[in-house]
Amino acid sequence: MAKINIVQAINQALREEMERDADVIVLGEDVGKDGGVFRVTEGLLEKFGPARVIDTPLAELGIAGAAIGMAAYGLKPVVEMQFMAFSYEAIEQIFSHAARLRNRSRGRYNCPIVVRMPYGVGIKGPELHMDSSEALFCHMPGIKVVVPSTPYNAKGLLTSAIRDPDPVVFLEPARLYRAIKTEVPQGEFTLALGKADVFQEGRDITAISWGAMLHRVIDASEGFDCEIIDLKTLKPFDEETILNSVKKTGRVVIVHEATKYCGLGAEVAAFLAQEAIMHLKGPVARVAAPEAVVPMALLEDYYMPSKERIRRAFEEAMKY
Amino acid sequence: MGEKVIERFELKYLQIVDEAGVADPSLISSFPDGLIKKFFEAIVLTRTYNERALSLQREGRLGTYASVYGQEACQIGSALALEKGDWVFPSFRESGVFLTLGYPIWQMLRYWKGDERGMKIPRDINIFPMSVPVGTHIPHAAGAAWAMKIKGHKNASLCYFGDGGSSRGDFHEGLNIAGVLKLPAVFICQNNQWAISVPRSRQTAAKTIAQRAWSYGFEGVQVDGNDVLGVYSATKGALEKAKKGGGPTLIECFTYRLDDHTTADDASRYRSGEEVKEWKGKEPLVRLKILMQKKGLLSGEYEKTVNEKAKALVDKAIEEEEAYPPSEPEDIILYTNSSLTPRQSREIKELGWQK
Ligand SMILES: Cc1ncc(C[n+]2csc(CCOP(=O)(O)OP(=O)(O)O)c2C)c(N)n1
Ligand SMILES: [Mg+2]
Repeated sequence: MAKINIVQAINQALREEMERDADVIVLGEDVGKDGGVFRVTEGLLEKFGPARVIDTPLAELGIAGAAIGMAAYGLKPVVEMQFMAFSYEAIEQIFSHAARLRNRSRGRYNCPIVVRMPYGVGIKGPELHMDSSEALFCHMPGIKVVVPSTPYNAKGLLTSAIRDPDPVVFLEPARLYRAIKTEVPQGEFTLALGKADVFQEGRDITAISWGAMLHRVIDASEGFDCEIIDLKTLKPFDEETILNSVKKTGRVVIVHEATKYCGLGAEVAAFLAQEAIMHLKGPVARVAAPEAVVPMALLEDYYMPSKERIRRAFEEAMKY
Repeated sequence: MGEKVIERFELKYLQIVDEAGVADPSLISSFPDGLIKKFFEAIVLTRTYNERALSLQREGRLGTYASVYGQEACQIGSALALEKGDWVFPSFRESGVFLTLGYPIWQMLRYWKGDERGMKIPRDINIFPMSVPVGTHIPHAAGAAWAMKIKGHKNASLCYFGDGGSSRGDFHEGLNIAGVLKLPAVFICQNNQWAISVPRSRQTAAKTIAQRAWSYGFEGVQVDGNDVLGVYSATKGALEKAKKGGGPTLIECFTYRLDDHTTADDASRYRSGEEVKEWKGKEPLVRLKILMQKKGLLSGEYEKTVNEKAKALVDKAIEEEEAYPPSEPEDIILYTNSSLTPRQSREIKELGWQK
């Protein structure tokens, strides 16, 4: 089996789904001739032609809105937002329409679009190239939110996202794009949405994270008997896997790179407060970014939860 | 009854100095020698800065950088038409505008290194911080112009964006508001033919970007964006008109991005070398120098002094920038609001960031 990185894995998923289903199309800024600014869509234009791999005008709202119309008519658009923060204009379309079309029409229409976007800290990018606003999308009913952490699950999750009958926001941790290679089978396979992975079993602490932070957590876990959960689907998250783990460990540390205030960790913590209070030995801890926008390159490393901060949270948890 | 034509429009194209350095005799007559020399000096400074920024980036001393090479005339011609009290709303590629307004060069470099303090605008310069999300600042220019109008100030706002930016909803909403309220705003679209890899033809099916002004009820004009005199003249006229209550203008500067989109881009993936070569032949400095030679404004000595002065300014700025102390991590949080939230105060302590 070939070892590939996340860029290649996503490219493979797109290619195979486009081969399998003529309704799957790709659209966005610079996705055609340039192959995307991260080269994720490299070679797709050559293979599938300009009717299915579309360089759009620079108009995020238009792209998302058009994708909704396409989807209602029977296509399966995979939209690329060049960076997460540039999707904010498109939120009007994603929230007011993609998320509601099924409900509004009582099931007559659905909206099988995928909105892919690179996100997250750690690429020393210019301003607004490193936002981590997953909680925004999780908050809106009607949208699924998925984050892969490895090439293997990038491919399987994207394939599932494309086949899903509802809108899926697919967040790609930009820092991981070329950082890790794993074995990924050629040919189609799917990974169920809504299912977390127990990345590593352990008895003392349940560490919950996703995307790039998963790898920080793995690094930080040395010396702790840590059960590491890779959430993979943020909305709806896998309550069962989390609960089973917490029943075993009684200690929870949630790690995400988004700002803590109203971050997804808050929802997970509230869920545990309600469903697992009798199993908890101490408070549910969150390691997250402070209440501030993502700084530019020179201060970026301070913003991102560090290995030391995660270890400190583990140590704290072990006091209970 | 029946059908008749109810509206027609005409679009003007302005060029005062062509690519061979030949000037329109009647239009050039209003340009004093001193102003022409100012154009030259500002273009040399911008180029010097730009080249150094690119080489610093290659050495790993700056982050991703957006080159202004080829677009100097659009930026300098328009910025020199501004008066005190006018406000500027730039995108991220307006180094020529910042330099022409006297923005501290070390701060520009600092910004591109990835330090927010680079955009702490000096009090005496009315320019907004660079806008990274394309086109999103266009409504701000309308809003500032609106405030000027409400307060009865005879100033105007000047907004810069690209051909790509003209496709955003913000462009429509900003220009529409400016038109409806007849605001003192001037919109400069630097049509450099590309939005990263996407050609101008994929941004609008209209023949020009300038003509889109008509649908908002005001005038548009296309200018040779590599002719600094033409850009100056169009901008000056539009600003004067705006300040007299004549409403907004859209100026399309027809130009070309001679470098990659940014240092993170490789333009050879999507455009031909021949195209770039052709546009190199039309770049703004060569024609200005020919014009100045003909007018006896470009002695070897003068040119040498201008070059040396620019180099010295940029050298000094690099030194200043590199000697500047690093930010404190606390700065990540401090500027979020006028005062810290209780949560933020606690976070600063927990993170050990208090100074
Ligand atoms: C809203 C938004 N979408 C996408 C991007 C990524 N991006 C940065 S510059 C650019 C192209 C801009 O083209 P244009 O407006 O013509 O300006 P130019 O770069 O040519 O100066 C794109 C797509 C962005 N910064 N903001
Ligand atoms: Mg452009």
